[in-house]
Amino acid sequence: MNGFGTIITGIGVLFLFLGNLGVLRLPDVYNRIQAGTKCTTLGAFLAILGIGILEPSWFWKACLIALFVMATNPISSHAIARASNKIGVPLCHKTVVDQTKDFKKDRKT
Amino acid sequence: MPEVKYKTIHRMRSFAYLFFILFISWLALTSSFQWQELSIGVFISFALSLVLHKNYLALGFPPLSIKRLVFIIIYMIMLFKEIVVANIDVAYRVIHPKMPIKPGIVLIKTGLKQDIAKMILANSITLTPGTFTLDILGDTLLIHWINVQSQKTDETTKMIGERFEKYLRVIFAE
Repeated sequence: MNGFGTIITGIGVLFLFLGNLGVLRLPDVYNRIQAGTKCTTLGAFLAILGIGILEPSWFWKACLIALFVMATNPISSHAIARASNKIGVPLCHKTVVDQTKDFKKDRKT
Repeated sequence: MPEVKYKTIHRMRSFAYLFFILFISWLALTSSFQWQELSIGVFISFALSLVLHKNYLALGFPPLSIKRLVFIIIYMIMLFKEIVVANIDVAYRVIHPKMPIKPGIVLIKTGLKQDIAKMILANSITLTPGTFTLDILGDTLLIHWINVQSQKTDETTKMIGERFEKYLRVIFAE
C-alpha cells in the first residue's frame, strides 16, 4: 500500500512539473492557461489522492479536497482567460483563427 | 435578487438533498462514527440546510431519479477518462521539442437551456483535451482550442461539445 501511494503521488508530481514547464515554454497567455489548467488538475488530484492512500485515516478528507480542486480549477482559469480576452491580450503568431469578433457581433449592444 | 415563491414540496426536496450532501461531507471530514461527532454533524447539517435550501433551489438542479443517477455516473466516468487523455495530450505538446500547437479561438453552439447546465458544460470543456471556455453568451460559447481542426461552427460543436451534451441533455431534461 505504501509503494502504491508513493507511485500515485510521484505521477501527480510529474504532471505538476510538466504543467509548470508548459507555462514557461508555451508562447501566449491562452496557451499557458491550457497547460496551467490541464496538468495541474490531474497533478493536484493524483498528489492529494496519493497522500490519502499513504495515510489511510486522511483518505476521505483527501477525496473531498481533490473533488473541490477539480470543481474550482476550471473556474479560476476561465476568469483569467475571460479577462484577458476582454482587454484584448494579443494572440501568438502561430494562431490559426480568431472568431472573437463574430462572438461580439451577436451581443447586439 | 427578487424573492421567489417556491412550492413546499420543492423546498422539502431541496432541503433533503442539501442535508444529505452536507452530512456526507461531514462524514468525509471527520471520518469517525462516534455518536457525539454524528450528532454534531446532524445538527450543523440541519441548521445549514434550513438556511441555505432556497439558494440550492435557485441553482435549478433537476430532481433526482434512477435514470438521471445512472447518467450522472456514466458522465463522471467519461469526464475522468477525458481528463486523463487531456493531460497526456497537453503534456506531449509541452515536452515535444517543436511544440506541435495550432491555437485558435472558435465558436460553438449549445442546445442547453438552464444556466447550471451551461456552466457544467463549460467546465467540462475546460477540463478536456486542449480546449477551454473563454466566454458564454446565450447559446454561444467562445472556445480556445490548442489544436484547431475545423473552423465551421457546426463541426466544432460536434467535435467539442456533443460528447458532453448528449449526457447533459438527458440529465437536465424536464
